Amino acid sequence: MSVKSALLVGVGGQGAILTAKVLVNGLMQAGYDVKMSEVHGMSQRGGSVSTQVRWGEKVYSPLIGKGAADIVVAFEKMEAVRYADYLKPEGVAVINDYEIEGATVAAGLAEYPAGTLEAMEKHFACHVLNAEKIARELGSAKCMNIVLFGSMVKALKMDDIDWESVIADTVPEKFRELNLAAYKAGYEAVS
Amino acid sequence: MAKVLLSGNEAIARGAYEAGVKVASAYPGTPSTEIFENLPQYKDALYAEWAPNEKVATEVAYGASIAGVRSLTAMKHVGVNVAADPIFTAAYNGVGGGFIIVSADDPSMHSSQNEQDNRHYARAAKMAMVEPSDSQECKDFMAAACEISEKFDTPVLFRTTTRVAHSKSLVELGERTEPEVPVYKRNVRKFVCTPAHAYLNHPKVEENLKALEEWACQSPLNRMEMKGTKVGVISASIAYQYAKEVFPEDTSFLKLGITNPLPMDLIKKFAAKVEKLYVIEELDPFMEEQIKAAGIDCVGKDLTTPLYEMNPERLREQIFGVKPEATQVEVSAVSRPPVLCPGCPHRGFFYTVGRHKDFVVAGDIGCYTLGAAPPLNALDSVVCMGGGFSVAMGLAKAFEATGQKDKKVFGVLGDSTFFHSGITGAVEIMYNQGNVIPVVLDNHITGMTGHQDNPGSGYSLEGEIAEALKIEDILQACGFKNVIIVDPQDLAAMEQAVKDALASQEKAAIITRRPCLLIKRMKHEIGMCHVTDSCIGCKMCLSVGCPAISVNDGQAKIDRNQCVGCTVCAQVCPMGAIEKEA
Repeated sequence: MSVKSALLVGVGGQGAILTAKVLVNGLMQAGYDVKMSEVHGMSQRGGSVSTQVRWGEKVYSPLIGKGAADIVVAFEKMEAVRYADYLKPEGVAVINDYEIEGATVAAGLAEYPAGTLEAMEKHFACHVLNAEKIARELGSAKCMNIVLFGSMVKALKMDDIDWESVIADTVPEKFRELNLAAYKAGYEAVS
Repeated sequence: MAKVLLSGNEAIARGAYEAGVKVASAYPGTPSTEIFENLPQYKDALYAEWAPNEKVATEVAYGASIAGVRSLTAMKHVGVNVAADPIFTAAYNGVGGGFIIVSADDPSMHSSQNEQDNRHYARAAKMAMVEPSDSQECKDFMAAACEISEKFDTPVLFRTTTRVAHSKSLVELGERTEPEVPVYKRNVRKFVCTPAHAYLNHPKVEENLKALEEWACQSPLNRMEMKGTKVGVISASIAYQYAKEVFPEDTSFLKLGITNPLPMDLIKKFAAKVEKLYVIEELDPFMEEQIKAAGIDCVGKDLTTPLYEMNPERLREQIFGVKPEATQVEVSAVSRPPVLCPGCPHRGFFYTVGRHKDFVVAGDIGCYTLGAAPPLNALDSVVCMGGGFSVAMGLAKAFEATGQKDKKVFGVLGDSTFFHSGITGAVEIMYNQGNVIPVVLDNHITGMTGHQDNPGSGYSLEGEIAEALKIEDILQACGFKNVIIVDPQDLAAMEQAVKDALASQEKAAIITRRPCLLIKRMKHEIGMCHVTDSCIGCKMCLSVGCPAISVNDGQAKIDRNQCVGCTVCAQVCPMGAIEKEA
């Protein structure tokens, strides 16, 4: 297979890193070569964060540029449009219909953009879900990231890997049941 | 053995362990910090520490090398500027045990003030340089670098970039080797850098480099990957990975791991095998210029650029003119700039000084650089680590020399920056009688790089209790008789502290003292504020720049997921409409 590239984007603290870890652990177990790139540094403080994961038989670059992602998973919907130009034209987007204003909007210096979902749907195949609501109904908004991961697995048709056992091995034991339920709910939430 | 996924920095730490490194000293700096955060797991085998700054760290590591053991220091690219003095002398003296200096460069300035290309340091200091291109090489090159260092009597600049340091790839681990440590003997000729010794050392350094260049032509760190004869690419570091992805399958590669000195005979051989030669490197034409100077025709920066981080899509466009198929959607995202966290102790200080238009404030590198951003707008300059006091001194002397008496000058540092290189600035202000109020924003931690301990925090890198140096004692010893210590979260007290310092007959300094809320080992009192019906939507609360407050439809709103109850916003509310919950 050719190398696949995923871009996980969100706001610092949303758990994108743990999601990437689950993804990478599963891919490694399946025998893929994997490379992963996180954005560190100043962006941790309420900033926009992105993690790239690439896998295949042999991966050289840990980094992709614009127009090269097979999938963008946006943990926050404005982040989807921020990184939209990283998607291949035939790429898919999994978008959390969830809003985090951020400092610029909160300070009244700019308005949170309207029509982010419509703008994405106009150009790309999109799977939109309110992962925050789903996670809260399961017992904790914190498992929102694994809800999104379930949707990502469905969108990429990665059913050949036993993700439930990967999740069980990756997350702390006391959150295991919650995260397995989150994974299933996310998987079912998209078509 | 099964492979593990490691970042370049984790792999460098592992490599140092496997190579038998015994002493390691560093100062944190993105993107190098995690190397040393990963060393305490090997503390049974090696000693590792945070030093007050990069120069001290380099000297400690070099001292260990003089004693005959393998040693390591690591820093971000601009840290090498601080450490340059001992590095250049170590290159002339040579080493005892293998001596490795990691320089983590930051193309695209993800968290830096410039994108200097530190490969030039290897040439300028006349020392060896290796450049890994993935995590496996980060680990493996550490042992190779120690061998090169010992064999050719040179420090080795181990140069990474953000993408090498922070990306993760699969690594096969090895075992630790324990190099034999010779019995220590004084060696004046070698390690005392008198002019007479240096005069004799220079030709030796040139010879060593020549010998290393010959050796490097045979080293497995530099390898030819021959495919076709039409196109050849010379590359190193992360750029090699990008080039492998972008150039066609039948392209031949000369992949370099040792990049100073360049193995010119090997390069000539490779060039002779291919019709067209490209040199692919990030930032400056470091290899290209040397290769061209050796009379070899090649293409590089004519097509690529010295600007910013490379990636496969940028490189493909630059070399082959293929534009990425990027889709522009019709809605654009609002920026999310980094801001001081809710409850950050620095907020009260910057709010206070930002309101005085006659204050001139020289800042420094750290979380508190964010004091320059709106709405706080409280800084005039930020130059370098430890520069806050001394730049303020220059401003004050210039105002004095030009009769601008209305200006009140403050120099601002953090606690870690004070220990790093701010103390000399305090000495300067006292010695040369500067009209400057030095201010240390003491939050008990090195914040921006991710909460590393420092000489004031009371803990060592390895998590042991350490002597906590008192900033006020040091300032008093420097002659500041009136050291005002204030809780910056109390805005009335903060304002009074500034006034008292300016009116003080004795030389005054200010320490704002409150620990960062993100320090994990401390218990913090976390509270919550809410807005009452008295709010008139005047937006005064937005002037403190807290991400937890917004004003919508004429009403202030506090985000309960973010608020920690610091009350700074409540103190500026003219209606008393923000209350702390019991």
